[in-house]
Amino acid sequence: METATQESLISFETHPSQYRHLRLEVEGPIARILIDNHEDGLRPGYQLKLNSYDLGVDIELADAIQRLRFEHPEVGSVLVTSAQEGVFSSGANIFMLGSSAHGFKVNFCKYTNETRLYMEDATEFSGQTYVAGLNGIASGGGYELPMACEEIYLIDDRRSAVALPEVPYLGVLPGTGGLTRLVDKRKVRRDRADVFSTLAEGIKGQRAKEWGLVDDVFPASTFDEKVNERLSELADGGYPNRKGISMDALTPVQEGDTLQYRHVSLTVNERDRVATLSMQVPDALPNIPENASDLGADWFPLRAFREWDDAILRLRFHYPEVGLVLFKTQGALEVVRDMDEQMEAHKEDWFVREVTLFMKRVFKRVDCTARSFFALIEEGSCFAGSLFEFALAADRIYMLEEEGVSVQLTNQNAGTFPMANGLTRLQTRFIGDPAHVETLVKRREMMDTETADDFGLVTVAADEIDWEDEVRLAVEERVSLSPDSLTGMEASLRFAGPETMETKIFGRLSAWQNWIFQRPNAVGEKGAITLYGQPVNPVFDFNRT
Amino acid sequence: MSISSSSIPNNVDLESNRKLQKALVAWQPAFLEWWNDMGPRGYQQDDIYLRTAVSVDTSGWAHYDYVKMPDYRWGIFLTPSDPNRTIGFGDNKGKPVWNQVPGEYRKELRRLIVTQCDTEPASVEQQRLLGDSAPSLYDMRNLFQVNVEEGRHLWAMVHLLHEYFGRDGREEAEDMLVRRSGSEDSPRILEAFNKPIDDWLAFFCFTMFTDRDGKFQLGGLAESAFDPLARATRFMLTEEAHHLFVGDSGVSRTIRKTAELMLEHDGRDVRDFGAIPMSIIQKYINEWYSASQDLFGSEDSSNSANFFAASLKGRFGETDGKSYDDNVALEGCKELQWAENGVLTNHEIPLRRAMNLELADSYRRDCEKALNRWNLNLEKMGMEKRIYLPSNRFNRSVGVFGDAHYDTKGNVITADDFAKKKADWLPSQEEKDYVKSVMVPCRKPGEFAPWITPPRKGIKGNPLDFDYVCFNQR
Ligand SMILES: [Fe+2]
Ligand SMILES: [Fe+2]
Repeated sequence: METATQESLISFETHPSQYRHLRLEVEGPIARILIDNHEDGLRPGYQLKLNSYDLGVDIELADAIQRLRFEHPEVGSVLVTSAQEGVFSSGANIFMLGSSAHGFKVNFCKYTNETRLYMEDATEFSGQTYVAGLNGIASGGGYELPMACEEIYLIDDRRSAVALPEVPYLGVLPGTGGLTRLVDKRKVRRDRADVFSTLAEGIKGQRAKEWGLVDDVFPASTFDEKVNERLSELADGGYPNRKGISMDALTPVQEGDTLQYRHVSLTVNERDRVATLSMQVPDALPNIPENASDLGADWFPLRAFREWDDAILRLRFHYPEVGLVLFKTQGALEVVRDMDEQMEAHKEDWFVREVTLFMKRVFKRVDCTARSFFALIEEGSCFAGSLFEFALAADRIYMLEEEGVSVQLTNQNAGTFPMANGLTRLQTRFIGDPAHVETLVKRREMMDTETADDFGLVTVAADEIDWEDEVRLAVEERVSLSPDSLTGMEASLRFAGPETMETKIFGRLSAWQNWIFQRPNAVGEKGAITLYGQPVNPVFDFNRT
Repeated sequence: MSISSSSIPNNVDLESNRKLQKALVAWQPAFLEWWNDMGPRGYQQDDIYLRTAVSVDTSGWAHYDYVKMPDYRWGIFLTPSDPNRTIGFGDNKGKPVWNQVPGEYRKELRRLIVTQCDTEPASVEQQRLLGDSAPSLYDMRNLFQVNVEEGRHLWAMVHLLHEYFGRDGREEAEDMLVRRSGSEDSPRILEAFNKPIDDWLAFFCFTMFTDRDGKFQLGGLAESAFDPLARATRFMLTEEAHHLFVGDSGVSRTIRKTAELMLEHDGRDVRDFGAIPMSIIQKYINEWYSASQDLFGSEDSSNSANFFAASLKGRFGETDGKSYDDNVALEGCKELQWAENGVLTNHEIPLRRAMNLELADSYRRDCEKALNRWNLNLEKMGMEKRIYLPSNRFNRSVGVFGDAHYDTKGNVITADDFAKKKADWLPSQEEKDYVKSVMVPCRKPGEFAPWITPPRKGIKGNPLDFDYVCFNQR
């Protein structure tokens, strides 16, 4: 079943005043995200009972996390808890999954995984520590969400358990990081993790604590008090000197084939299955003032990267048939370089750091997007420093050989934007030659095409006679290849180097989940997801690979 | 080196095409260097009476004059385009032809063009020593004509690489001049183009049988949806016809000489007169025909199906309106017998997978026409002896027949039997040495070697004792 028409209505922007499921409460240095999912989801056909969630819920969660960082930087700890009686959350809605096209399922899981990682990112880098207060059953995705928090507290009411019932109940995986976090983050012994992950009803009380599934259990009578105590401890007064900004909506305008934002445009050629994602840098940028947050949401890097992020999400959900995205930039290299230098000089400022962290997350979103990316460096391009990261994130870099076409590295390429593997994109690109990376990051001059090519920063350098043909042929050839094999190939080539919890989530857990999502045992006529909620048992093909 | 229309006759607007100019600035000198190194050895400074194509119209495509080979004006010609041409076959049938390489077919088209292109310089290299043993000035001139035109075919294909394949195309074009026939390190792509052609009977067999494979390959490409390729190969076919004439008439004249001697000196071995016995001629034919059949590739081929489906390469005469009714070829099979466990067995090949076989069948029919003419001549002369084409199964190393052994009639035989009978069917080293030994050069106008008759007429209405080659070096 294709659901593209419904998906095309999805907006990735929301505001606490428009939340239908969550409630965001801020009280001095402590924030609370209360889950109270409305039964009506993004589209008809399922009901979000028992605080189960769909993409609409997760968009609100991502919004809340992002707003806490930018609008409430004074907050030092964040509680995630339920506003419904007896249940924290029962995870992703199974009827929603069962009625979704494969591509949507994959993108839904990817988005939720990114959101979970953002909670950990906020905890680690923004000093906003996430705490899960499980005041009821936390099952499946409803337990994976707490695992993305720094600490988990479970109510000990002889009833509430944490559980990962995906394998025994649904024949799929707890794919929102669940299995990976159990052993990698919470360090649960692998045999106990095995038992837990096949135990549909989950584990309660003291045993959950013993096994490391939660950090502590409190009886109902003292649960709120204990959790609040801990929140205060963690917040430690928060950051009263930080003055939050207000994040306005992006509201891009559709003009023909082009979605036009303020600094970014996304042009989709549906017939050729190619899109162009372009960033336009203003002629001049304001200097960073003493209090950087005075720049507000209009500050170019924040605004432009929010737009880019939104465009990437739209590509994922609204344009499944677009196979190749061409990255372009327009502007002056000096402006970007100057921006990077100022950001480096003000990196201790909370707002500058927050914007930088956000840019990092946008680059990661690109890394994890299952489309081919080619960066086109042409006349008027400004692939310098932070914007050169887009080129480095691309699968190939095409650079026009012509007077005046240059790229430039800045300090921002030297470690500001690590990838999921913990390395910079330059380190990953030159994984076998760390000395070359050292040379490169010290080199701050503009590089013309020949120099950039010599330094290994260019895939194909073509002069103006060859350029058009070279690019056209590469584009046509790319979109003619199998989209599945390209997805697998790109995901395999983009992340050279070490594994991290994050790479395991996307490269191992998600990949297996996506495989299972295609298999008859899950989605066949008698598959477990298909028959979920019906009075018939699934029939498995018991052959293992 | 300036790149201009006066040095490179063309109808591709070279003067204003910066992309082509850029490519040729480097490639043209490299080509000349290659020609001087690997072209005909020893005759580069002589004046040869050659045909040059200076335009594509009837008055311009065959311009005769004396020219030193390095000064030959290799040109770039495409048959004029038909703006209404649509794709004639395959999955894209009926759509407008492509004037650019579609990215999705880039690798296939490049492969087709590169493979064809590589044979052009390869044959020049294979034939570079033949001038020394030419049986007449007339034949010598024909050899050089074939050589310079193979050079032009190289230009024609390289033009496609330069114009439509960007940087990759330039690299491929460079490689054309780096690979060498018979080289251990960088041989020519197809095996048949890696053995030297060191006697004239072999040369005639090559132009008769192997160049004819070229005719059918070009014919398949002339149907291509990629219009520049179709147009380039169409024009090449007009030149190829002369090469086939050289081969056809060359073998025919050799047969005639042997027949004449046999009739004149009943019972005596024609070797006594420096001619080539009919049995050796037949063995040469067996060898060259079977090797040329191999060039078509496997009779059952998914590559050929892909090329056809993508409308890249059709059958010979695909859209002439007579040869094929069904230009989509999704239905139907070709039947073919080959050995399975030592027994000839019927097989059905889905039509699209049988495109190489279709081409090879058209080729065989074309060869048979020439053989019928040779045999008619023998009959008219009062000879009993006939020349035959071996079965397509005989002596094959490529395709469905490659795994078993067959006699010249196509019967399955054992490897042992083949080894025993081989000398009856294929020329031995001794026989080849003998043929080489009769290759005495004849350098006087009008004189012909004793193993071959003169042709019926000269070139362009000139007499047989015309100075087709004027030696300047000695
Ligand atoms: Fe040729
Ligand atoms: Fe030829």
